[in-house]
Amino acid sequence: MIRFDDVSITYDGRTTPVLEHVDLHLREGELVLVVGRTGSGKSSLLQAINGLVPHFTGGTLSGRVLVDGRDTRTHPPRELADVVGVVPQDPASSFVADTVEEELAFGMECLGLPNDVMRRRVEETLDLLGLHELRSRPLLTLSAGQQQRVAIGAVLAAHPRVLVLDEPTSALDPSAAEEILAALQRLVHDLGITVVMAEHRLERVVQYADRIIIVPGDAQPVAIGTPQEMMRLAPIAPPVVELARAAGWHPLPLTVRDARRAAGPLRELLVGQPPPLRAVAPDGAGETLVQATDLSVRYGTRWALRGVSLSVGRGEVVALMGRNGAGKSTLLNAMVGLRTAASGSVMTHDHDPASLKGSELLQSVGLVPQQPGDLLEATSVADECRAADRDASVTPGTTRALLALLAPEILDGVHPRDLSEGQRLLLALAVVLAPRPPLLLLDEPTRGLDYPTKLRLVDALRDLARGGHGILLATHDVELAAEVATRVIVLADGEVVADGPTADVVVASPMFAPQVAKVLAPFPWLTVSDVITTIGPLILRTHAPISGDAVG
Amino acid sequence: MRPPLSVGAVGQPRWLHPGAWWVWALGLATAASRTLNPLLLLVIIGVAAVVVSARRPDAPWARSFAFFVRLGILIIVLRVLVQLVLGAAIGTTTLISLPGIGLPDWMAGVRLGGPVTLESLLMALYDGLRLATIIICIGAANSLASPSRLLKSVPAALYEIGVSVVVALTFAPQLVADVTRVQAARHLRGRATRGPRAIAGAAMPVLEGALERSVTLAAAMDSRGYGRRSDTSARRRRAIAAVLLAGLVAACIGTYGLVAAGSTAALSGLMLLAGMSLSIGAIVWSARTAIRTRYRPDPWWLPEWLVAGSGIAVAVCCIATSWWFPAGMETPFDPPTWPSLPLLATLGLAIALTPAITAPPIPVPFVSAAMRAPDAVEVPA
Repeated sequence: MIRFDDVSITYDGRTTPVLEHVDLHLREGELVLVVGRTGSGKSSLLQAINGLVPHFTGGTLSGRVLVDGRDTRTHPPRELADVVGVVPQDPASSFVADTVEEELAFGMECLGLPNDVMRRRVEETLDLLGLHELRSRPLLTLSAGQQQRVAIGAVLAAHPRVLVLDEPTSALDPSAAEEILAALQRLVHDLGITVVMAEHRLERVVQYADRIIIVPGDAQPVAIGTPQEMMRLAPIAPPVVELARAAGWHPLPLTVRDARRAAGPLRELLVGQPPPLRAVAPDGAGETLVQATDLSVRYGTRWALRGVSLSVGRGEVVALMGRNGAGKSTLLNAMVGLRTAASGSVMTHDHDPASLKGSELLQSVGLVPQQPGDLLEATSVADECRAADRDASVTPGTTRALLALLAPEILDGVHPRDLSEGQRLLLALAVVLAPRPPLLLLDEPTRGLDYPTKLRLVDALRDLARGGHGILLATHDVELAAEVATRVIVLADGEVVADGPTADVVVASPMFAPQVAKVLAPFPWLTVSDVITTIGPLILRTHAPISGDAVG
Repeated sequence: MRPPLSVGAVGQPRWLHPGAWWVWALGLATAASRTLNPLLLLVIIGVAAVVVSARRPDAPWARSFAFFVRLGILIIVLRVLVQLVLGAAIGTTTLISLPGIGLPDWMAGVRLGGPVTLESLLMALYDGLRLATIIICIGAANSLASPSRLLKSVPAALYEIGVSVVVALTFAPQLVADVTRVQAARHLRGRATRGPRAIAGAAMPVLEGALERSVTLAAAMDSRGYGRRSDTSARRRRAIAAVLLAGLVAACIGTYGLVAAGSTAALSGLMLLAGMSLSIGAIVWSARTAIRTRYRPDPWWLPEWLVAGSGIAVAVCCIATSWWFPAGMETPFDPPTWPSLPLLATLGLAIALTPAITAPPIPVPFVSAAMRAPDAVEVPA
């Protein structure tokens, strides 16, 4: 279906190619996962499938890309529209029409399909993706998960043979992500569509893949193979695979179900073993940094928060979880004074954040927004750091020094826009941390981050908590919450439905439990490293099922 | 296919063709442009308001009617103020006398201050009211017909321009969202969110964001087949567009000549006719070469004919009145007289009121809560 013959891609103004000598052959009805670091050339590989590279992006493509027998050299993207459907990373940015139904029809209108065919296919697509109740809704009023489904439906309605998706679940909560993946699964199985998908959150997708392409970056050779083969060696792997590797399970389980079957002996070994404590007790622990009391916030007639009471203290890392639209961002915004309370109150250090201005605000609370790039206005990293020092009235050089700790590789002269997603986040974090606010808020920090950057963020957050900061992070990433959070608060429809130590809240929850907890349930283990530090990799190996002796 | 004069299911909610609403509103506006009779103008505004309140959907673009009414009031106030300060005095009924300023000889004809007469005030009021009425008629069309649906009905030759305008329309709310986001970010850095420095600081990220999004959107549209061509040559396409544009310009000039008093009716009529036939020719020509199709095009059935017809009727009635009985269309302000309602024009206005009944009801999700039938309102448990 898709064939890459000795493909190399070099962008204008670059001396080294992003991809070199790529040979791939993807069959019909395959679900192929593309994995790699940010900037490794993953997106270029995806965009080469429908000719956006090089027709739209510029640059040089040598070799040949054939899709359903058509050469992308002679067929620009619009001439491939009936064969390849592309869903971009941010679905809202690709919308053309203003209601769901018209958006679904747009591609077919461009292809010139007759009206009765369009009517039928719009109905079929509405049913296939469960959108029929939204048909006449304006696109801007949809939730992120619904928008993602509309974007998929919009390309699907034109009946392409190939579907290309760039991080389809990165902005979604776990249940919305599962819905999308289930829909894709159905397309592959029932309609024989070839799906090529890039995704950082391996734990969500790896079990659905037929094959995995690893793009290592730096023009190193691209590898393709079955999930089992690739996961055995891959530098990055979902927790269930890491646990399996540490325990030496064979064959390598990719799903929680398979891992649970292999984990019997390990669970027996863990009986009576308490997981390591994660709450650290820094100086001044227990001091409350932010206190929301019966807080309600509304937008017009819609109540985003209804009577929320919670607090965050020094040394705590609190994960705020819940569906898209549950009120997480609103709560964070209220804590920095961007939203005013309709009733109740929110207090940071005995101040109403809405009454604070300028450096006073910065010194009591800092928020890294969902798009950290919003915070950055200067034209170089050095300027940005100097501006941050001025804003916060701290000694010049403070921000730069912080940045050097968080991300030593970032150079002074670079424009913030040219940084990778993760580097931008770390720069924004340095800017926010410069005035040393005791309370740090992060909104969806791991959206679009690759594993290595995520690990750095986790380390940084742990250090900050140890240093006496209180951290509240809104996130959909259950593995991140399992990794760093000391406490988890779950919001639903603007109300707090759970608030307690991480293990207590997430272990029994089908949505918010991390993979390790699912494998080792009912024991409250959350991460691979917790397991390894407690019993040691060596013991793990001797009790692996492959050796056959399951001693209790 | 249903026949072109199909009634549709009577009373079944659907969108009326936006073109019909525009013909109706332009008919009303034409009627307004022919008269200075304040009573007639107020009735026209009333007709527009009644129809809008009966058939306006609950959508963001439909809330503009109130804005246009306010704009109309502003126009009247400005017109009267200009007359007070600058206008030459007509008539003899002096109300008050403003202190006048003597101007040099070379500015003869321009006056500052001086006596204010009832006659000149009335003239300004009627004149302002006429302009306000025309604006309000346009406002009525704006809130009755969705701009994007109208653009979708543009002929194939203009399809790509139509899509660009639709995209631009959806960009505006996103730009507003961007500005809010960037202002929030400025607040987070402890910077001013108001004032010239804040605007300068926010402009760059907002523009960068908009640019980036338009590039993404262009890539997405290209990937979805936008701009696919049949085998027609580029030269032929350009020729079609040129002919259509020329035709439309000629038709506009012709219409203006007909509507505006004081130009040759025969010449204007000829111009309009030539323009129309050129445009229709270009549209037919381009329809043969287009490969695009349209999803659920708005049908043009009997209700559309009735609505558009009522607009044409009111325009014809008023133009006829102004030709044959010009006295009724003008209200003499020197000396001031009480306006009367000419029969034919009033009849036309009554016809213009019918769309409130003949236009099909709007689809349910767009019916505003206030207009819903009592049985449709959810009863709280």
